[in-house]
Order: sequence, then structure tokens, then C-alpha cells
Amino acid sequence: MKLRSWFLLPARVWMALFFAAPLAIIGAYSFLTRGDYGGVEYPWTIESYARLADPLYLAILWRSLWIAGLSTAICVAMGFPLALFISRAGKRKNLYLQLVLLPFWTSFLVRTYAWLFILRDTGLINTILSALHIIKSPLPLLYNDGAVLLGLVYSFLPFFVLPMYATLERLDPALAEAAADLGAPPWRTLWRVVIPVSKPGIIAGAVLVFIPCLGAYLTPDLLGGGKSVMLGNLVQNQFTTARDWPFGSAASLVLMLASAILLVLLTTRRETKGLL
Amino acid sequence: MEPVLELRGLTKNYGAHRAVDGVSLTFERGGFYSLLGPSGCGKTTTLRMIGGFETPDGGEILLDGRSIAALRPWERDVSTVFQSYALFPHLTAVENVAFGLRERRAPNARERAMEALALVELAEKSARIPAQLSGGEKQRVALARSLVLQPKVLLLDEPLAALDPKLRKQMRAELKAMQRRTGITFLLVTHDQEEAMSLSDKLAVMNQGRIEQFASPEETWLRPATRFAAGFLGAVNWFGATGVRPEVTYADREQPSSNEAGNGARRAVVESTLFLGNRLHVHVRCESGESAVAEVARGREFADGESVWLWWNSADEMRFE
Amino acid sequence: MKKRALGIYAALALVFLHLPLAVLVVFSFNQGRFTVWEGLSLHWYSAALSDPQLAEGLLNSVIIAIVASVLATVIGTMAAYGMWKRSARVLEGGMLLSLVTPEIVTGVSLLALFQWAFRFLHLHLGMYTVIIAHVAFSIAYVMIVVSARLRGLDRSLEEAAMDLGAGPWRAFFRVTLPGILPAVIAAALLALVVSFDDYVITSLVAGVDSETLPMVIYAMARRGVSPIVNAVSALILVLFGALIVLAERLREQ
Repeated sequence: MKLRSWFLLPARVWMALFFAAPLAIIGAYSFLTRGDYGGVEYPWTIESYARLADPLYLAILWRSLWIAGLSTAICVAMGFPLALFISRAGKRKNLYLQLVLLPFWTSFLVRTYAWLFILRDTGLINTILSALHIIKSPLPLLYNDGAVLLGLVYSFLPFFVLPMYATLERLDPALAEAAADLGAPPWRTLWRVVIPVSKPGIIAGAVLVFIPCLGAYLTPDLLGGGKSVMLGNLVQNQFTTARDWPFGSAASLVLMLASAILLVLLTTRRETKGLL
Repeated sequence: MEPVLELRGLTKNYGAHRAVDGVSLTFERGGFYSLLGPSGCGKTTTLRMIGGFETPDGGEILLDGRSIAALRPWERDVSTVFQSYALFPHLTAVENVAFGLRERRAPNARERAMEALALVELAEKSARIPAQLSGGEKQRVALARSLVLQPKVLLLDEPLAALDPKLRKQMRAELKAMQRRTGITFLLVTHDQEEAMSLSDKLAVMNQGRIEQFASPEETWLRPATRFAAGFLGAVNWFGATGVRPEVTYADREQPSSNEAGNGARRAVVESTLFLGNRLHVHVRCESGESAVAEVARGREFADGESVWLWWNSADEMRFE
Repeated sequence: MKKRALGIYAALALVFLHLPLAVLVVFSFNQGRFTVWEGLSLHWYSAALSDPQLAEGLLNSVIIAIVASVLATVIGTMAAYGMWKRSARVLEGGMLLSLVTPEIVTGVSLLALFQWAFRFLHLHLGMYTVIIAHVAFSIAYVMIVVSARLRGLDRSLEEAAMDLGAGPWRAFFRVTLPGILPAVIAAALLALVVSFDDYVITSLVAGVDSETLPMVIYAMARRGVSPIVNAVSALILVLFGALIVLAERLREQ
């Protein structure tokens, strides 16, 4: 019906103008040359992409991958038991779910700053440790990969718990009972039945965490200082301080591509359809 | 030889609601038993307590004389066939059947599983996953999965409820044959009285957490212990505290002799007639006010509004206080 | 036995999730500047509330959030409704992609767009560019929330209305919209929160005179220790918490 088309029009226009077109523009920019005063100019070249293969930048790419990967692994390891607990909590399911999600729905900036407050040289941990005379000088807890990892896990743990909980909740309780009936004690039931059956949920949750971790900017920026540079920081830097838009665009495209591939894999595999 | 399973005063409460109220039953080895009752009567709860999925609030469960109430489900030598079959979706049919054997680290688990599948005539579908099996096939895999462990008692929770009527009748015969062949004690929970009567050696009629009667199907049909049991096992024409089954209630235009008519025939008006193949169900309204159904052989005909005589044999009466 | 262990773990995990925020809030009441407790005080709050930069940032954020939220809600709700009966796979895919696209990429790409456009339009970055950006990334959130609600709606209600003589527009306004209103409002609140909290994209496309609250906070956090940030954070936590709880209540209706 024509009415439907009218209703879709504003969204289509807005997304085309302010999502698709910008991406197309930086896509084009990634193949251009850096202008003298910032911006871009001709000729077309693949120099930016070639530069990404430089060991310096490969190191950044690699760091982004392993930090995102490790954060995801930790979120899965921490989040699965938590989701399991909530799915078995009976009447208080919703309460626990809200408790997990509440910090998530508050300001991302604030949540990241909280760790800044806790980990810095004059922060809570160092203050407590030196008050207890366990250390003499403050531990450098901040401005390293570890701090970034901590910040990312903290920020995105609920991203995993929510879909994982949704999957576990839908699991037929008779399956666990059948396993027990057939002789499996609880941890065997978990290993042989619950985990394999909820695999799609685990994968979906992992991808939902991995993608934002890969493209993280604020967390490595605040908690990593200049010491733990990830792809997001590289992009931001190229578009502001370094004023090398083609290079920044190339890095953005690489980031975009990785995220898009994962998304496509997630939504086309029949087991993990239904993000919502 | 002691009974294979004994329930003594089994009780379960959910808050203020008493779901199972002092149930005591004795099951002999090798028999086919049923727990029959309407939804909410406590039969499934009782079954789940035997299986170990609910904890009794009172009473005892003795398997071969030993109390098992404190044992967890994986420690009990009973096995349950779930209403939804609960087949593991990520495993093939044969791996499903082999599951319990693998838990026990039994040798030749796969071979034994294949044998069990052959027993339920599904050997050629052993590599299928549950999503690729029909309802009846899933039911048979679930059965094989439990039977292969040779439990002391096999608990079946409305196993045929999800099947369509024709398949259900077919599966009933197979279930009975399976029980006879394996010699394992079967305890079936159902709300279908035809199912319970056709399969069981003895059936327990349950109502609101209590056992109303525990006897053979014939005994329960002919001599129900309570009004409820009478009404649940089949249709009843009630005349005050006396009940008669339609199957043995007669209707005719001519008045019967006093020999036949027992307590006396009464006049009634035909309200409708239902054709059921070999017989007719004639719905009447008696002069005395009650409505009743008389089962009549095919070939007779009654017009709506016609006046008839209704009677039965006093031997067929069921009297309750 | 296992249940107990799981419960203890869950408690620890929940503590992990909430402790940093609790610490922030507690120390916002600290007399002292650092993490040594020097007594209860509200002076950081009064400092925060009287800081002119923070005040301006707050004002900007509020204006931007409200405008962006209204726009995004309207556009997103219309899109959700349009997609309800007829699938629009490209649009839907695009929206999902926008959710998954790293914020930094969205930000720089919009910056590139604006700079390119400004060559012809002779304009500058300002509040309106921030609003445009916020609407762009909020539409998808609104669409998801409203779509979820629409899926639970009985389609035959609209058909019944039309059968009784209402045209398609009236059917939407009189029958469907009232049915999804709680979800629409919840989506608006969500868009509000998302817009209010955004730092990355905003920092890239904001003009010099359109600093938002997150931008001010970020600058303060970067500069060094300041419990003013704690105080502001605590206030934000309370505000967002309230908005989200409200949104959830509406969604459940």
C-alpha cells in the first residue's frame, strides 16, 4: 500500500543522507590523497591502504583484535554464569536482569570515568593499598592495555548477558531434567546439554560484544592514555590532529568492514537470526 | 518378593494448595500401571516426585524396598519419558539414546543404542536429529532412550498427548507390546480414561491430590469406589445417588416387563439422537426431570419429542451415599 | 550445592557492576579532593551547579537531546510502522548496520559529509549538525523498540477499523498509534538518553559554541582529578536511572 511507502520515506531519506552518503564519502576519501591543509585532493591512490600494512599500524590493528578478543572471552566467561543464574532465579528474574542492565543504561562516559577514578595514582585502589602499607609508591594501574581491558569488560558485559539470558530463558527446562533423569549430575548436564544447545546465543552475544570492543574509542582514550592505541583512536587522531583524512578513512573502512562481516555472519546463519 | 515401587503417604504442598495429599500405592514388578485423573489432580506431581524432580513434603518413596526420596534424579534407578519428549536437539537419534549409557561409561554404548532403536523400529533414522523426526518417531526415540538403561520403573508423563488421535491409538498398542516384551514396570500418567483402561493392569483414579480407587480397569468400570471415579471413567446417567452407564441403559416405545426393569421403568421424552456407527445415543429428558442417555443398537429410530420408556438392570446400578 | 556457588558468583558479579558507580557517588560527598576520606560535604555539588561551563553544556545537551529525540521518534516510529506490514529489507539492514557501526566511524564520516557540504553551502559546524548526527544514530533504536511492540499487536484491529469505514491514515492514528503509544514514549526516552550521553560523535561534529555536557565532562576528566566530575556524574546517574526506569515501565505496559 502506498501509505507504507510514505511512512518509510523520512527514515529512508535520513539514513541515505546521513548514514550511507557519509560512508560513501569516506570510502571515496580512502582512495584519495591528503591535502596540504587537511581535507583531500586528487590523485586517486591506494597509498593509504598500503600504509596500513606498516608494522606500526599493523601493531595497532593487532592490539585492537586481541584486546577485543580477550574482552569478549572474559565477557563470555563472566557473563554466562550470570545469565544462567538469572534464568534460574524464578520470580526474581526480572529484578536481577534490571540490576545487571541498570549500570549499562547510565552514561557510558561516567562509567568509564569511574574506573579512571579508581585506578589512577591517586585513585581508590592505590589509596587503600598505601593506607594498608602494602605498597610504598602508587601502582601504575592506569594507561595500559589491562586498564582498557577492564574498562571494556565492565562496559560491555551487559551486552552479552542480555542475549545470553534470552537464549537460556527459552531453553526447554525438560532438557535439563531429562539429562538428570538419564544419569547426568548438574555440571555434566551443563557441559553436555545446556551449553551446546545454547551455542547460538553464546555466539550472538560474543559478536555483539566483539564489534563495539573492536571499534572502541572512548575507553582506550581515557583509560589507555596514549599508551594503548586501538583502531578507534587511530581514526580519531587522523581526522583531527594528524589531519590525514585519506588514511583515517582507510582505517575506518577496515573497521567498518570487519564489523559488517561479523554482522552479516550473525544475521544470516539460521541459528542466530533474531537479534531482538 | 517385595513390590518394585511403593508410595506411602506421599504429600506435596504448593503454598496453601495441597497438590498431593497422602498418596499410598503399591506397584508390583512387571506390571503396567496408570495414574488417571483430570488436570490439576496431582498425578504429574506424583510422577515427578518419583522421578526426583519435586521434593515430597511428607511420606516415603521406596524402590525395591529402599527409600529414594533423598536421592537426586541422576541417582535413581527410574527413568522418565517426558510429555515433550525432551530430546536433545543437538544430538542425533542414536546419540540421544546413548546419552544415559555414556553417563554410566557403559561399554558398547553406541551398539546398545542402535539395538534399542531397532527395538522401536527406528534403526534407519539413527543419524537424524530430532528436528527431522515426526512426533511419533520422537516419542519412540524418547522411549528407547529410557528403556536402554533398563530402569526398575519407567515413568511416562502423558506420552501420547501430543499425537493426533489415530497415531495415538497405534502407539498405545506399541507401548503395551513394549512393556510386555521388556518386562519393565511402566507407570503412565494420563487424563485419557480410554488410554488408561486399555493399557493398564491396574489403574489409580486421582482427584484433588487423593487416590479415589486403585484397581483393575474392569473393577473400576463396573464397581467404581466413588461418584467421581464413576463419572471420570465413563459417562453416567445419574438418578439421585444412583448411577447407570448409558451402555446398559435401555430405551423403547414398549414398556418392559418387571423382570427386566429392575427398579421400574420410567417415561421420558426424546430430545435428540446421535449416530455413532454401530449404535445410537438417545438423549432423553425423564418425567422425573433428569436427563439421560441410552445406548441403543443401530437400526432403531426415534423421533425428537417422542415418548419412550427408559430402564436398566438393577445389577448394573452403581450406588453412592 | 551448585546453586549456592552460582548465587555467590552472581552476587560478586553484580557487585563488580555496581561498585565503581557507588564509589563515584560516595566520593562525590567527600570533603577532600582525592580518595582519602575527609568528611561529608556537598561543596562539590554546589561547585558543579554553579560552574558556567557545565551550565552551558547542560543547556546545549538538553536542547539537542529534546529536538533530536522528537525527530528520531517520529521518523523511527513511522519507519517501524511502515516495516510492520511490508518488509523493507534495505532500510532494515541499513538501520542494523548503523547500530553496529563503531561510533568513531559514524562520527568521522559525518564530519567528512559536513565539511564537503560546507564548501557549497558556506555553513559551519554547530548545534544543528549535532542534532542531525544524533537523529541519524537514534532512529534505529526507536525503530527496534516500536517494532517490538508492533509485533505483539493484532493486525486485524486496523483491518476492522477500515472495514468500519476508517481510511488508512485514520486507522493508524485512531487504532494503532494509541496501542503503541507506551512503546513510542519509551523509545523517545531512550533516544533522549542516547543523545544526552553521546560523546564521540558529538565531539567530532559540534561547533565551537555548541559544547555539550559530555564534552565538558570529558575535558574535566582529562585535565585531572576533580570531584566536581563525581558530583556531575552522580547527578547524571540519578537522572538517567530515572528516565530508563520510566521507559521500562512504559515498555512493559
